[in-house]
Amino acid sequence: MSDASLEAFRAEARAWLDENCPQSMRTPFGSEDEIVWGGRNGKFFSADAKLWLARMAERGWTAPIWPKQYGGGGLSNSENAVLQSELKRINARPALYSFGLWMLGPVLLEYANEEQKKEHLPKIARGEIRWCQGYSEPGAGSDLAGLQTKCEDKGDHWLINGQKVWTSYANYADWCFCLVRTDTSVKHEGISFVLIDMTTKGVETRPIKLISGASPFCETFFTDVKIPKENMVGRLNGGWEIAKRLLQYERTNISGFGSGARVDVVDIARDTIGLGDDGRLADGDLRARIAQHKMAERAYALTTQRAQEEAKAGQNVSHMASMFKVAGARLNIERCELMVEAAGSRAFGWSGDGFDRDELAVTRGWLRSKGNSIEGGTTEVNLNVVAKRVLGLRDTQ
Amino acid sequence: MTFTLNEEQTLLRDAARDFCREQAPVARLRKLRDDKKNGVDPELWREMATMGWAGILVPDEYGGAGLGYVGLGLVLEAAGRTLAASPLHSTAMVGASALLLGGSDAQKAEWLPKIASGECVVAFAVDEGAHHAPKRSLLKIAGGKISGSKKYVADGHIADLFIVAGPKDLYLVRANASGVSRQALITVDSRGAADMTFDDAPAEALAGGAELVERVLDRAAAGLAAEMLGQAQEAFEITGEYLKTRKQFGQVIGGFQALQHRAAKMFTEIELTRSCVLAALDALDRGAGDVAALASLAKARAGDTLHLVSNEFVQMHGGIGMTDEHDAGLYLKRARVAEALYGSASYHRDRYARLLGF
Repeated sequence: MSDASLEAFRAEARAWLDENCPQSMRTPFGSEDEIVWGGRNGKFFSADAKLWLARMAERGWTAPIWPKQYGGGGLSNSENAVLQSELKRINARPALYSFGLWMLGPVLLEYANEEQKKEHLPKIARGEIRWCQGYSEPGAGSDLAGLQTKCEDKGDHWLINGQKVWTSYANYADWCFCLVRTDTSVKHEGISFVLIDMTTKGVETRPIKLISGASPFCETFFTDVKIPKENMVGRLNGGWEIAKRLLQYERTNISGFGSGARVDVVDIARDTIGLGDDGRLADGDLRARIAQHKMAERAYALTTQRAQEEAKAGQNVSHMASMFKVAGARLNIERCELMVEAAGSRAFGWSGDGFDRDELAVTRGWLRSKGNSIEGGTTEVNLNVVAKRVLGLRDTQ
Repeated sequence: MTFTLNEEQTLLRDAARDFCREQAPVARLRKLRDDKKNGVDPELWREMATMGWAGILVPDEYGGAGLGYVGLGLVLEAAGRTLAASPLHSTAMVGASALLLGGSDAQKAEWLPKIASGECVVAFAVDEGAHHAPKRSLLKIAGGKISGSKKYVADGHIADLFIVAGPKDLYLVRANASGVSRQALITVDSRGAADMTFDDAPAEALAGGAELVERVLDRAAAGLAAEMLGQAQEAFEITGEYLKTRKQFGQVIGGFQALQHRAAKMFTEIELTRSCVLAALDALDRGAGDVAALASLAKARAGDTLHLVSNEFVQMHGGIGMTDEHDAGLYLKRARVAEALYGSASYHRDRYARLLGF
């Protein structure tokens, strides 16, 4: 696309955003409660949040690069880059957070049949259906392909029995994309990818309380759950390839997650420790480690930017997802640890009025970050992926 | 900011890689060392100048190629891959940029054509102690003459012209001027260097003051980071090949998870470093405002990464990595020198923190 038409698109996008993005949506989220996840039971923090989603969905810009016939915006990657920079320019909040947008949608576009695309993609783009991910099981964590949730062919339907764990927000989700075992005689080649309506009889969820006090994950139980034959994506026993592809999207996405904290570690340290006469943070050792962390963050940001440019230039960078997942998790965990250290005893609150909201967020964020190097594939599993797929190192036989 | 190379830059990169592999492989450095040449290889420098590299930064009107910092970085990276011993960094990066930024019309007209042709080798005399500390200078300046000493001046043993950093300014000092004496150093990286003494040596100030000193130091750091990136990349690739071929316990050692994870870590660090180096060089070409932070970022990351990779180069090769016969030692030796020159990782982390205001 020529520079001139891209600039025309920028002008168009800017004008539209100026007119359609409510002022209150041009500020950072005050808390996680303000995030819009959509779904049948989705709640909107404010009327503006609802309006913002409706307008973005109408325009197809919740899923800018999906084809228009599936509820997307039909933009090219270059146009999307322009749109994202315009959204960033006005500090616009994401209109919709969604596993459907980030993970399921891209693989449906690649692997689903036409009916499945028409049925599911527009509802994802409009935020009408909220999805959760049925991957891990009690006996299949890092060794995901060891999963046992059984899916039997009963002629006119599939019958599913088993248990999933770490299903993020399953208690709020309308549908679940799920890996199931359709052949017990082989491992990877016996897995299929199915879509399950969470309101189906026999589906139960139970939240898991974490060390942070929050419960973003659930256990999900399937007892004699019947699902229609058309709810399988791709071919029977062909689910592993889809599963891996989806993990690439998930890893890229998780690696981009921040702590959500509104405060910067340098500001915390300036407040609690202070600067010396030389203008340096008075704790020299902590200062050096914060500097190292800040530089690592910058290096990471530059590298994601480079990967995006290379992807646009047609170079295949999907193998980078595992690298970004490892590095992103490490950074977030490190940042959270540094914030707790810098905050001193101000980070040791749990609840009540003795600590302010930002201080409590530091503590909770730190505890939550411990999951970053586990969820979406542990750091160890992702290092295996880099070694084998990127560096071509052979597995031990 | 752009990370994508244009056609001209891609051609330059490929030509530089081919040239260094064919004309300046590691074996050439090894031979220089064995012949006790102390890093002096005027023939290689002439060939590099013929390729146009001495004048990459120099504009067309002064006989150069005007291909910019990203272009020069690509050549430095290629030279780093094979440990090519030449004054490319000190002359084409530091010398040319100091004159371009601070030289008068007359100074540019006198020196830039000679730099571009390879006729004049430049060295950057900054530090007066064992550590990089550009603000700590005891250099005395009076009546257009300077007195003082400089330690471990890279390429100082072969330079025709010195860019000398004083407390507030940069000065041009000719190697053959009165009062200039040098002690050639035989160094661990086989590249050579010199300790310099200036005793009432005639010096011409460049314009720009303390800001010019910083700007030239940024260029020295970013350029050396590019060379270090090349060293790390090559060391990593050689190590990767070894992991795929060396067998123990009846299998290739690359099959062991302990080594796989360390290899993945090196890969990640190199990729992160590459982005930093490119960003710093691109910022120099665009005249961006955050050059100083990006230059420190690039040098610190390159230092940490090269430190890691050069150590793993030896360790993952086991006993053979400890032998003089293997190249790993040559990379390790050059690594430590490059890590320290123009500021170690800890120096640049301190600087980065100051730039961020804490």
